[in-house]
Amino acid sequence: MKLLVCISKTPETTTKIALNEDGTAFKTEGVQYIMNPYDEWYALVRALELKEAVGGSVTAVNVGSAGNDTIIRKALAIGADDAVRINAEPHSSLYIAKQIAEFAKSENFDIIFFGKEAIDYNGSEVGAMVAEFLDMPFISYANKLEVEGNTAKVAREIEGGVEVAEVQTPFALSAAKGLAEQRIPNMRGIMMAKRKPLKVVEAVDFEDQAKAVAYELPPPKSAVKLIDPDNMEELVRLLHEEAKVI
Amino acid sequence: MMADNNGVDIKIEKRAKEDRFQAHDYYNIDELLSEDHLLARDAVRTWVKQEVSPIIESYAEQAKCPMHLYKGLAEIGAYGPSLPVEYGGGGMDEMAYGVIMQELERGDSGIRSMASVQGSLVMYPIFKFGSEEQKKKYLPKLGSGEFIGCFGLTEPDHGSNPGGMVTNIKDDGDAYILNGAKMWITNSPVADIAVVWAKDEEGKIRGMIVEKDMPGFSAPEIHGKWSLRASITGELVFEDVRVPKANVFPNVKGLKGPLSCLSKARYGIAWGAIGAAMDCYDSALRYSLEREQFGKPIGQFQLTQKKLAEMITEITKAQLLVWRLGSLANQGKATPAQISMAKRNNVNMALEIAREARQIHGGMGITNEYPVMRHMMNLETVLTYEGTHDIHLLITGMDVTGLNAFK
Ligand SMILES: Cc1cc2nc3c(=O)[nH]c(=O)nc-3n(C[C@H](O)[C@H](O)[C@H](O)COP(=O)(O)OP(=O)(O)OC[C@H]3O[C@@H](n4cnc5c(N)ncnc54)[C@H](O)[C@@H]3O)c2cc1C
Repeated sequence: MKLLVCISKTPETTTKIALNEDGTAFKTEGVQYIMNPYDEWYALVRALELKEAVGGSVTAVNVGSAGNDTIIRKALAIGADDAVRINAEPHSSLYIAKQIAEFAKSENFDIIFFGKEAIDYNGSEVGAMVAEFLDMPFISYANKLEVEGNTAKVAREIEGGVEVAEVQTPFALSAAKGLAEQRIPNMRGIMMAKRKPLKVVEAVDFEDQAKAVAYELPPPKSAVKLIDPDNMEELVRLLHEEAKVI
Repeated sequence: MMADNNGVDIKIEKRAKEDRFQAHDYYNIDELLSEDHLLARDAVRTWVKQEVSPIIESYAEQAKCPMHLYKGLAEIGAYGPSLPVEYGGGGMDEMAYGVIMQELERGDSGIRSMASVQGSLVMYPIFKFGSEEQKKKYLPKLGSGEFIGCFGLTEPDHGSNPGGMVTNIKDDGDAYILNGAKMWITNSPVADIAVVWAKDEEGKIRGMIVEKDMPGFSAPEIHGKWSLRASITGELVFEDVRVPKANVFPNVKGLKGPLSCLSKARYGIAWGAIGAAMDCYDSALRYSLEREQFGKPIGQFQLTQKKLAEMITEITKAQLLVWRLGSLANQGKATPAQISMAKRNNVNMALEIAREARQIHGGMGITNEYPVMRHMMNLETVLTYEGTHDIHLLITGMDVTGLNAFK
């Protein structure tokens, strides 16, 4: 099976988020980056498991600048066979999707894996857009994937239950928690990754259709209010008037 | 509550949520490291958070060795990372070895000791001094964690002065007869093989591989340690043990054999100590912002800030020291005296930071809710083993004056 895993770079989960002066962009100074956990822990590992079971290859692709190479190398260290970096600033979901689709269209991948979302802008868009560009089925939030021949069974969590879909390759999916278990790269993998190919390709021209114009931080968390257990009326009043939840 | 096969209660839920460690890199030293170093560092950091932090307080408290971690350390590649791949190592450079030790000791000095001994004190001498047959026979098994090794140099009456050792071998045809005893040997009660240093009939120190089931060989455990409690320590006792000549290292005679292994391990300790210091500092910094007294966070008081500011200053200096030492080691130019300076400075730095961090935590600092007291107790061993604090000072003293103050 020929498998593609799309990986993105996101700020480390404990990053303190700050915005620039006019609120049009996230401040990147001093930020540590990681591979998006949904891509790393679930999408990539499930692809590797499939390859180990039925043979084939796993390619990792990222849209980004040379600063992303460490994250791509990590995907190779965990076990991807080769990697491609499409050399462009990843400024919108549609733009990223177009770039990935352009690369993938002539490669005949059987399954294209995404994470269910990137933990920075939480768009959950790129996978569906790539599938649309390539005219293939897309299944979101997959937490189970079994493949037999050209047929795959994919389970996805839905509100209060599980939906199981059957789909023919080629298709795309986005990975949720449960699809696989995180693999930590070992020293041998890290050394082998140095010898694996990381190809850099140029981006195609593409106009964005929408543009983010402003970001706002959530209001700071307010302090905890302690209410005397005998004073139920006050609790009800606060829940009603201040928190507006009842 | 769960219990593992060593009878240790592991309160996973309780500890798991508490490893909130965040690394501190005040001078952007990461920019001096390569992609492999960063990948190695982050891989071991993740491994420690998942495998060590949730269980270490329980094992340390009950003075039990987490036996399953010998295999785990092998899987991650912590044994002999800078040895060649064909001999069970990782094919990495000395800087990578350093960052791996730093991250392991960030978890616990005892876990780092398990890896240091296996890699630098057992695999390294076999690689460096062993015959091709010895390398083929032992190194892959040690690298994969199938075999656990230990290193026997120290004796009951010869610690800082290993050259005075009395353990000895006598020629007996195709074997040597080994007699004597070693003391304070990390891993010994659970080891499959021991690299043992003993004097031959000419009084020359020779190294050899002793296997656990050779008749006359035993390795009783030393109990009652208040330090490195999660690492197992024991003796090695040899009563007329027949060691085949094929097990003796052909390529080294004299004290330089064991001392060159110690240089390797001390280099790793110089890095490791920074890990323990960072964990203490990180915990103290967080605590100082969360704990309030007199209506404000204790981190707002000048005396607390003095402690924290001095801690991060000392950590930063230590990081630069090992970074430079690592560059020298990569070029094969790090001298034993340079390694002594870094070991002494960094371990002492870590111990002082642990003590200050303990104070910042107030009463909580003495409990296992925080890693600080465990690091502090561990570091008392680290200050003493692999050459005591004072012995390393004398090595520097001898290096700069040319005069030997040992004897
Ligand atoms: C937990 C643990 C694990 C260990 N693991 C190993 C191991 O795996 N393998 C191994 O071989 N050894 C191991 N050791 C032994 C360790 O290396 C020795 O403890 C150390 O070398 C000191 O020796 P000693 O304890 O006999 O102290 P001593 O040498 O008796 O020293 C006592 C004190 O005297 C001082 N002193 C000694 N000589 C001089 C001098 N000339 N001038 C000034 N001061 C001096 C020392 O600095 C020290 O303060 C381990 C020790 C511990 C505690």
